[in-house]
Amino acid sequence: MKKSILIGSIIIASMTTSLVYCSGSTGSGESSKWFKLTQPGVAPVTNQLYKNECASCHFDYQPGLLPSRSWKKIMTGLDDHFGDNAELMPEDYTVILNYLTENAAEFSDHKRSRRINNSLAKDEAPLRVTDTPYFKRKHRELSLSRITNNPEIGSISNCIACHTQAEKGSFNENEINIPGSTGRWE
Amino acid sequence: MNMKKHMLFLSSLLLTNLAPAFATEQLEPTIQHYQQQGNLSFSVEAGKSLWEQEISHKKSPTSRSCASCHGNNLTASGKHIKTSKVIKPMAPSVNPERFNKQKKIEKWFLRNCKWTWGRECSTQEKGDMLRYLSQQ
Repeated sequence: MKKSILIGSIIIASMTTSLVYCSGSTGSGESSKWFKLTQPGVAPVTNQLYKNECASCHFDYQPGLLPSRSWKKIMTGLDDHFGDNAELMPEDYTVILNYLTENAAEFSDHKRSRRINNSLAKDEAPLRVTDTPYFKRKHRELSLSRITNNPEIGSISNCIACHTQAEKGSFNENEINIPGSTGRWE
Repeated sequence: MNMKKHMLFLSSLLLTNLAPAFATEQLEPTIQHYQQQGNLSFSVEAGKSLWEQEISHKKSPTSRSCASCHGNNLTASGKHIKTSKVIKPMAPSVNPERFNKQKKIEKWFLRNCKWTWGRECSTQEKGDMLRYLSQQ
């Protein structure tokens, strides 16, 4: 009797292990980490040089908002960066490129980074966070003209205009405050 | 009593005048650096007209000047023409950190001359503009 219980527990234990192992190994990249604890939102920006060089002109987009292949593409055309000149000194260029690619969406344990990455095909490298399928899905109820016609927002790329905690990497619905509108976004 | 009052008045006058003077001094090393590059001399008036000139472009925005992003009042904040991000005032009297590093000055001249004028600024132009800004 005791022997059969022992054998039974060994079988159950090995089945559980293989189940975790199989699920872990079936997916590549992101899904192989499914059993790890995920953190909410995206990881906040930690690199001061990146803040100084890039966030003087726009919201300091967290590296986890795009995959590394997108960051590499963005960094190859800084003399025409969405119509602006954002050239960097060579020594700063390398530091910022490394920071962005090493902390990109596919390497992040944060929920929204993983969802952004999972929404993209492997060869897709969008230059804008707003072009990712995940972003579009989350903002589909918004009217674009309502954003561009609002001088306090100006563009859908201006995260911080409505997402009050965006600089901390938090984009929760209950933190949204659309300027000029009454009440919260529901 | 009267003497004391005078002293107080004089010293407060001196202090209020000293604060902006200290801030504008931060530009001097860079201005001197430019001067030494070609035995150049710079003027506030030339800097002002460079700062205010409008340049036509094919791409939008078709008319560009420094004020496109920095605004018309140099002691007030500006606003990035595309992203709406607030840009701190240019005037060293209210924003002394603006000119605290030569490398930072060079970087912004490179980026912003190319965007605003479609080319890099010459040493003469950069010196004139710094001379003008140092008075703000």
